Amino acid sequence: MNEVVGILPTLAEQTAIMLGIVALSLAFGGIGGLAIGTGLYVTRSGGVLEQRGVWWILNVLVNTVRPIPFIILLAALQPIGRGLVGTGIGTEYAIFAISVAATFGIARIVEQNLVAIPTGVIEAARATGASPWRIIRTVILPEALGPLVLGFTFAVIAIVDMSAVAGLVGGEGLGNYAITYGYRQFDEVVTWSALVVVVIAVQLIQALGNWLARRIMRR
Amino acid sequence: MAQHIVLDGVSKRFPPARRGGAEIVAVDDVSLAIEQGEIFGIIGYSGAGKSTLVRLINQLEPVTDGRITIGDVPISELRGRRLREQQTGIGMIFQRFNLLSSRTVAGNVAYPLEVVGMGRVERRARVEELLEFVGLAGRADAYPEQLSGGQQQRVGIARALAASPQVLLADEATSALDPETTAEVLDLLARINRELGVTIVVITHEMEVITRIADRVAVMEAGRVVETGTTYDVFTRPQTSTARRFVQTVVRALPEGDELSQLRAQHEGRFFTISFTDEGVSEARVFGALARAGVDFNLVHGGVDDIQGRVYGLLTIAVRGDAEAVDAALAQVGPGVTVEEQR
Ligand SMILES: Nc1ncnc2c1ncn2[C@@H]1O[C@H](COP(=O)(O)OP(=O)(O)O)[C@@H](O)[C@H]1O
Ligand SMILES: [Mg+2]
Repeated sequence: MNEVVGILPTLAEQTAIMLGIVALSLAFGGIGGLAIGTGLYVTRSGGVLEQRGVWWILNVLVNTVRPIPFIILLAALQPIGRGLVGTGIGTEYAIFAISVAATFGIARIVEQNLVAIPTGVIEAARATGASPWRIIRTVILPEALGPLVLGFTFAVIAIVDMSAVAGLVGGEGLGNYAITYGYRQFDEVVTWSALVVVVIAVQLIQALGNWLARRIMRR
Repeated sequence: MAQHIVLDGVSKRFPPARRGGAEIVAVDDVSLAIEQGEIFGIIGYSGAGKSTLVRLINQLEPVTDGRITIGDVPISELRGRRLREQQTGIGMIFQRFNLLSSRTVAGNVAYPLEVVGMGRVERRARVEELLEFVGLAGRADAYPEQLSGGQQQRVGIARALAASPQVLLADEATSALDPETTAEVLDLLARINRELGVTIVVITHEMEVITRIADRVAVMEAGRVVETGTTYDVFTRPQTSTARRFVQTVVRALPEGDELSQLRAQHEGRFFTISFTDEGVSEARVFGALARAGVDFNLVHGGVDDIQGRVYGLLTIAVRGDAEAVDAALAQVGPGVTVEEQR
């Protein structure tokens, strides 16, 4: 017990760093995923901005990047990271790599939720003379908002997972902490403390997501 | 009356569902002239091409061939912003209402007003006025799923009317509603036509909808318009078998099956079905003539309908007596009446 109390300050600090990484990666990956997912949906045949070529490129891109195991992507993106964020290791690089992975994962989640929108409501909006951009803004995204929130919640949990793996390239946070002090130094208290914190964090995020989605969908 | 919506040799073909399959001809060389301020019905079975046709009128789909003009605007030739400007002048309502679940009733009705760029204050007043008009004052803050089907369709109608369109397109607008609600919604459409002068195109597979509100009707089959005329004419003198089948869904010209054998058991003699229009002699005159000719008859089946305020009767009588005298009497009952023996 004393040992737990002893590591508490570090644990708290590393938890805060993890949450920071998760929040930033979610922000970047969320925007990227929303853009690509919406792009896939509106450019597909019958979409409000039907563009076969654009759809094909986006689809191939997502299908190529998404199945790559994160641990491999983490290594593979290092050269690009050095060019883009100036480094291939550390917290900043971790955020970059997680954001890339999250973008493509979230893109599919977004697309799947948009496909579920009844086509009739989009048709009704088109019949009023609304432009495609207006329809995306005022119909497509609002109509799918509840499921999108649930999808993003699902993504956050995957991002927490990725943030731990990113400890391998020196990204700070609970993962790095658990690996460096728990795994490598056989300190099970550290490992288990990190685990408990992650479990609690994930539970809270899931509960928050569910609550938000329920409010949006009014059930 | 001036022509409002003119379709000239309009076709719509869809690419085959499978590679190497046959092209789907949804609308096949349709020409129609819909007049300013009328309610024009289009009736046909499922798959006849009605929805496709109506979606061509407001250009939710481009035509493959032909030309559509609304007023003096060649809408089938417009694209992009210029097309969307014209679409704001055409309202549309749907079988499944297609309301935005993310918006309240007021938010749904306000949608087309946002599209035309009306300011917030003006918009609120207009929404209130529209909800009043369709009988939903006080439900502005409800969400669509809290309303009954009939109420949701009223919201759909309010939305369709929001930007003061000159044309209203209704695609199976009452097909998801019960008979009573259907009647209310049709009465509302008739009132919109009467009070606002909006030209209405009603798509349906139900003859009741046509007889209740349409001034004229086109019958569609396999992408083509096979018959057009005033509702009264098509109803009383259908020219095609498709039209006849639709008419029979409303008035059963002849008692059939069990009912017919039951009637035959109850009444002796030959059965004749007589149809009356308001262009011929009345029932009273016909029955008077038969009585004077010494023909003994009983009224066994049928009734008199009101189509667009005009009378149409279809009565079956059982007649006893000398065959030749009966034939002679029925042969000269009077003009505008048709007699058909039921064998
Ligand atoms: N977008 C489309 N792509 C391919 N075929 C279509 C499409 N829309 C309609 N069709 C076909 O066109 C025909 C007419 O359909 P529709 O206009 O919906 O008929 P109705 O409204 O009279 O039931 C049907 O065979 C239907 O399958
Ligand atoms: Mg249809």
